[in-house]
Amino acid sequence: MTTKSTFHRRTVLAAAAGSAVAAAALPLAAWAQGAPIKIGSTLALTGPLSATAQVHKLVGEIYVDDLNRRGGLLGRKVEWVLKDDQSKADLARTLYEQLITSDKVDLLMGPYATGAILSAVGVAQRYDKVLVHHTLGVPSLVKYERQFPAWSLGSDPGTTTTNTVFEALAKGPKPPKTVAVVTSKFPSIHFMSMGAREVIKKRGLQEVLFLEWEFGNRDFGPIASRVKDAKPDFVWVGAIGLDGNLLLDAMKKIDYVPPQHFYLYPAPGPLVTLPEANGALSVTIFEEHAPFSSRPKAADFIKTYHERAAKANFPDTSVEVQAAASFTAWQILEAAVVATKSLDDKVLADWLKKNRVETIQGSLRFDGPSNYGDDLMRVKQVQNGKWQVVYPPEFAAPGAKMTAK
Amino acid sequence: MSFPSWTLLAQSILSGVFAGALYGLLGLGLGLSWGLLRTINLAHFAFAFLSAYICWQLSAVVKWDPLLTLACVVPLMFALGAGLHWLTDRFKLTPFSSLLLTFGCMGIVESVMQTIWTADPRKLESHYAELKFRLGPLYLPIPEVLTLLLAVGISLGVWAVLRFTDLGKALRASAEDAPVAAAFGIDQRRNGFLLAGTCSAIAGIAGVCIALSSSISPSQMYTWVGVVFAAVMLGGLGSALGPLVAGIIIGVSEAVTMAVTSPSWAPLVSFALLIAILVLRPGRVR
Repeated sequence: MTTKSTFHRRTVLAAAAGSAVAAAALPLAAWAQGAPIKIGSTLALTGPLSATAQVHKLVGEIYVDDLNRRGGLLGRKVEWVLKDDQSKADLARTLYEQLITSDKVDLLMGPYATGAILSAVGVAQRYDKVLVHHTLGVPSLVKYERQFPAWSLGSDPGTTTTNTVFEALAKGPKPPKTVAVVTSKFPSIHFMSMGAREVIKKRGLQEVLFLEWEFGNRDFGPIASRVKDAKPDFVWVGAIGLDGNLLLDAMKKIDYVPPQHFYLYPAPGPLVTLPEANGALSVTIFEEHAPFSSRPKAADFIKTYHERAAKANFPDTSVEVQAAASFTAWQILEAAVVATKSLDDKVLADWLKKNRVETIQGSLRFDGPSNYGDDLMRVKQVQNGKWQVVYPPEFAAPGAKMTAK
Repeated sequence: MSFPSWTLLAQSILSGVFAGALYGLLGLGLGLSWGLLRTINLAHFAFAFLSAYICWQLSAVVKWDPLLTLACVVPLMFALGAGLHWLTDRFKLTPFSSLLLTFGCMGIVESVMQTIWTADPRKLESHYAELKFRLGPLYLPIPEVLTLLLAVGISLGVWAVLRFTDLGKALRASAEDAPVAAAFGIDQRRNGFLLAGTCSAIAGIAGVCIALSSSISPSQMYTWVGVVFAAVMLGGLGSALGPLVAGIIIGVSEAVTMAVTSPSWAPLVSFALLIAILVLRPGRVR
């Protein structure tokens, strides 16, 4: 009879639909068994540091998406609670308090740039939380035992990193005899520039000019004129963010091209796109070529970053020091949680102090002064519109050598 | 401290004049708005940088000549300025309230710029950047010369309008005593929209000059606020030529300081001048 067969068909259809829904809901049911693990942090999403912070935001999103695709942490979904510190260290302090006390996050991730990190470390210390951070530029300022740096510049980069740079120059095609040091007074930049001045003295080079400017300086015309007037063989530019671009703009207006020039922490991308930046040197812990790109997870990360950065309309979509340090920070946090199967800050901290973590930067340890390990900074140069590592030779891009005008 | 060469000093003074011209151009609209409309318009800086980005977009992507972008930027900024004035007029905002409102607008425009163009700096690569005059050993880059000419031309033009035309007299009368001016038949509402639009249009022109001369990023606008305010207060609120003269004095003082001593002392100079004026002539800011 018709009624019986209609009933039978409806029952079968309903059962099929129900099974489909149940099958789709299984992962949701699995997530629902544990509340998500909340990882809280701030970034300079607005303000003068936002150009670089947007790189960290994208890397964090890529990492968390990938982590959740792989099953999350300890079988639980990971949720990144991100707040905007507006490039203000004092606001970062308040927001980290909020993340811990109000948002009740399980774990913390560090913010961008030295000032905000120092604020966050203070808060983390108050609550005995682990803080992995990716961009602290003055290692000697942090003494808290549960902070862990992802940016491998060693515990004394003012000496070691600057030494690497001048060593590279000494072995390069035109070792300089005279140096101009021009620097922002931004703390992590200034301290490195002072280190450079010491290295210059020790190496018997002549410092022909030393200038400092306040962070946020607009007019680089007189500075460019003074550099040109000093006629140095090499210009050390203690630059952060846009400074390097503005100085190069000003130099171009007076037809001055420095014979060799170095920029400490330029905003990734914008400097490399300037025609007058060809030959500019900088430092890095990672670039998109071998041997860096052949490390585990590096190739996939590079590919995903390219796609997502292009979609986000970044002028430069390459993975370099900022993106790599950020990715490393997440790797460190994940490694500690997975190895200890715990979210307990003491357990995580103890594990990190005793163990190495394999990252895209290399094998990192945290048992040195201020929990720093080895200085893994290399020297890179803008060659044909791309950053290429040129020193030490074993980390240089295939076929790349330092050039000089 | 060694004395710099005459070439260095002269080049620095030139650099200061060019920087000061930009301070003056930015300060002109701000000062007129503050002095004649009693509106402290912080969004002025946001409009300037929005114009810079529009100039960049039209030049770098659509391949317009950067100066042609003024044809788009000026009317757009005029409309935005008039629109903002409608808000301040509608709600009868006091100068302090207008400061708060426009500060909020500044943040909104920054977010819009950041969303569209990201926070990364952008540099307009145009043929103007390659052009420069040589005066012996001195360089006069064309974008900076253009900025100076525009700043002088617009300031003189505004001065002439305020001094010699009925509109100018009406604006000054309204600023001095609005009820009496109204009683004499001055259409303050219409004049207010016209002036507010013109001030923002001038900001737009300044923005195109900024795009021609240097790299731009959304958050950069905040670094101009202090020094332009100093130029406006030194030059006098509602003055057409004052901000330009003050801007150039500040620019040259900063540049000479950077040439002779440490560049980090440059902000000290502009703000020391401002403090001195405020102490010696407090009536300049009413």
